[in-house]
This record gives sequence, structure tokens and C-alpha cells, in this order.
Amino acid sequence: MPILAGKELRIVGFLCNWCSYGGADTAGVGRFTQPTDLRIIRVPCSGRIDPLFIVKTLLSGADGVLVSGCHPRDCHYTSGNLLARRRLEALKRFLPIIGVEPGRFEYTWVSASEGQRWQQVVQRFTEQVHALGPSPANAIFGACGETAQDKGGSSVAI
Amino acid sequence: MSPFDALKEKIKQALPDLDYVIGWQQGFDSLHATPLFMRTPEDVDRLIWNPLCVHNLSTYLPSLKGKKVGIVLKGCDSRGVIELLQENLVERENLVLFGMPCSGVVDLTKIRRKVGDLERVSGVTIDDAALVATTPEGEVSMPRDEIAADKCLVCQFHNAIEPDHFEGDPLPPSTGADLGGDELAMLEAMAPAELMTYWAKQMERCIRCYACRNACPMCVCRDHCIAQSRDPHWLTQEDTPREKLMFQLIHTMHLAGRCIQCGECQRACPVDIPILALRRKMDRVIRELFDYQAGLDAKATPPLSTFQVEEANIKERRW
Ligand code: SF4
Ligand code: SF4
Ligand code: SF4
Repeated sequence: MPILAGKELRIVGFLCNWCSYGGADTAGVGRFTQPTDLRIIRVPCSGRIDPLFIVKTLLSGADGVLVSGCHPRDCHYTSGNLLARRRLEALKRFLPIIGVEPGRFEYTWVSASEGQRWQQVVQRFTEQVHALGPSPANAIFGACGETAQDKGGSSVAI
Repeated sequence: MSPFDALKEKIKQALPDLDYVIGWQQGFDSLHATPLFMRTPEDVDRLIWNPLCVHNLSTYLPSLKGKKVGIVLKGCDSRGVIELLQENLVERENLVLFGMPCSGVVDLTKIRRKVGDLERVSGVTIDDAALVATTPEGEVSMPRDEIAADKCLVCQFHNAIEPDHFEGDPLPPSTGADLGGDELAMLEAMAPAELMTYWAKQMERCIRCYACRNACPMCVCRDHCIAQSRDPHWLTQEDTPREKLMFQLIHTMHLAGRCIQCGECQRACPVDIPILALRRKMDRVIRELFDYQAGLDAKATPPLSTFQVEEANIKERRW
């Protein structure tokens, strides 16, 4: 993809097993080309997504996080996505106070048949994260994998 | 009889049917109050009620489930009891709630900024207008509004909600500048990377003592806190700003829709990290989204434990 040439970013996607993961699969089967920045983590339901997964991912240096579940009323477990929607919306409005740009986190609904829509979501979200550039989290907190000292901690061995 | 004497009388009358009644007594020096567990009428004579009674005693209640306890409550603290009742963490029939109108408590951090080391203060007198501290250099008079906890300057609930015994005339809600709002406005004016750096810097001071958690009336997992769990291993034991900020975000998220804004987390912090701002931001988000404040209605359902199929204030994403 042209926007990605030579500068891929790290985007983590939490996808529900029943709709969005299927949607991403449909997009693949349909051979719709997509940006490759996204790494997908498959979860049983968007209701399984603890908002802290997203916080931890962002603090650990991911440049963007995308959550996708079944459309409201289509949840395999009836209401997981409706509970998730409240938590995710609260998180989305809260994140800017710790210095995460609003655009680094989005949540959306994609069904298993919507391969084309999945392609669009990934394309748009990837563009949005690229417009923001790399997350400052690694520069501020140190890259994950460094020692505690590198990250500003004390030298006490743990 | 003064309202305070009437309160003590009510507590003495109630004691025979209770395991104890929780209140405050004078602490180890003139500036500190400490919690008091009253079992006998003599204990009740040690009770104090003044602007040094800062602790939110409702923090003790979940671990006393099954006991019959009385508790003395400021208005803000009573929201803790209401929220605990809502979450079935305490039983109403086992509680007796005592209250008086509260005109505000002090912020010892603000006093420290005025007198330097708090240990230099050898005595205090407090009236409606000022707190006068005796120091080696003489008396320092501090107007009450300059040393009041921020929450008191904008207090909506001076009087305990649903008390069993209330003495004195209820006070009207305070009006005043929303100091929490000023703090949030200051933070929100920063550029994102600058703001993240601000939090990383603040967290450098954190000693991971978890006083902020232990003082919080709504942190009820205690020994099972995910901050210390190894499976899943949410946090390492490293003392890096990243781990420490992650803990604050765990606290804030676990309190979303439950935080009663009592400010105990920040008050308890020994190194004055302004962590209440994170709770205030989340409180604002919850009010915006769900028109809901925790700790006001024991029958309500917490907003994040329920949903509407069509949410009034959540717009579907354009993508
Ligand atoms: S917030 Fe209100 S009830 Fe609580 S200590 Fe301050 S004045 Fe008293
Ligand atoms: S998070 Fe802080 S303000 Fe909220 S209930 Fe706990 S101690 Fe009180
Ligand atoms: S009370 Fe302060 S120092 Fe202790 S863990 Fe909480 S933020 Fe850190």
C-alpha cells in the first residue's frame, strides 16, 4: 500500500470471534488488499475486551488500537457488544487526559459478511494513525524490552 | 445541648446493640485526627468532629460485613456507604449511620505549603474563619478557604445522605469555582506528548505503596488486586513510570461509574501525586455519557453494568 511504503506502524486490533474476525477473514478470502500494520488478537466477544487491554497496549507503545465487534443487536451472546460499547466509549473520552490522541483508539462494528467494509475500516484507521505518526509512549516511557534502568527505574534487581 | 453533644448521646444510646461505632479521635499530634473504634461510653467521650477529621471511614465497612457497626459520616463519606450498599458489599440492617452538617475539612498538603514541615506545628485552634497553628516562629493564621480540601469548596453534599441519626441544621450546597475543573483545563490545554510526559514525570515519585488504593472506599478487592496478581500478570514489580501509571489507570477504570470523588486516593498519597485529576476526568465522562453520579442512590444500577440498545449520548462511529 502506498501510504505504508517503508514506514509501517504498530496497530493492534482486538476482534470478536463471531463477526469481525470473520469479516477480516472474508476480506482475506476476497483478496481485498489491506495495509499490513494491523496485528489481530482474537477474543471471544467484544464484551471480553477489558478496557485495560487497550490502555496497556497503548502504554506499551502501540501506535493505535482498533476494537471491532458484532453490530449492536447481532451479538452471539446477545448483549456483550452493548456492554462493551459503554466501556469503550468511556475509555475513548478518557484517554486524552493521559496524552493519548483521540485518533489512536477507535472501536467499530463489522459483521462476518462485511469483507469490503473491513477493508475500508483498516484502510481508514491505518491512515488516521499514520497522520498522527508514531506514538510518543516509547520515547517517554522507554521501549518495551529495555531494562528497568533504561526506563527510568532504579537499579534494584527484581 | 450542642449538636455534637446530642450526637455523642445518640451514639451512647446505640452502642449496646452494636459491635462498635467508628468515628475520629485526636491523633498523634495537634494536626492529625485518627480513626476511633468506640465500644464503651468512655470511648465516645474521645470522639471529635472538626476539620481535621479527613478520613473517609466508609473504607472500613466492606471488611466488617456481618458485624453490626455504627459509623459517623461527613456528607461526602456517606456517598461511599450508599455506593457500597448499591453493590451489596454492606448490609443496611447491620449499619447505623450518624451524621452532622460538615463545613469542610483541611488539606494538610496546603497547610504544609504554608508552614513548611508539619512537625513544626505544636498546637492548633480552629474556628469558622481560620486555622491558627503555633510554630516556633509564632502563630500562623490560615483562612479556612485557603487550606480547605478542594472538594469542600464545591461540596454538594454537606449532610450525610439517608442517615439514621442527624444532629444540627443541614447546610446548603457550596457554590464556588470548580477547582477540579481548573486542574483539568490546565491538563487539557497541553499537547498530547507533553501531557504524557507530565504524567510520566509525576509517576517518577510514586513509591508503589498503594496507599491510594487502600484509602479508597470503593477499592474492595484488597488482597486480590490485579496489581499484585501473577496470573494474569498485569504489572511487573519494576518501579518504572509506565508500570506506576498503569496502576493509576487500573484504579481509575475499576472506579469508572463507582468513584464517589471523595479524594481519599490523593489525600493518602505520601508524595502528593495529583492522581485525583484522573478520577475527576472519568467522573466527568460518566456524567456526560450517562447523566450519573455514584453514591447517591442505593437502588440504582452502575452505568457500566447495564446498557441501552439505543444509547442517548453515544453516536455510532461513522466507520
Ligand atoms: S466535601 Fe463536603 S461533606 Fe465532605 S468534607 Fe468537604 S464539606 Fe464536608
Ligand atoms: S478513586 Fe479516589 S476519589 Fe474515587 S472513591 Fe476512590 S478514593 Fe475516593
Ligand atoms: S499513594 Fe502515591 S506513592 Fe503510593 S502508590 Fe499511590 S500514587 Fe504511588
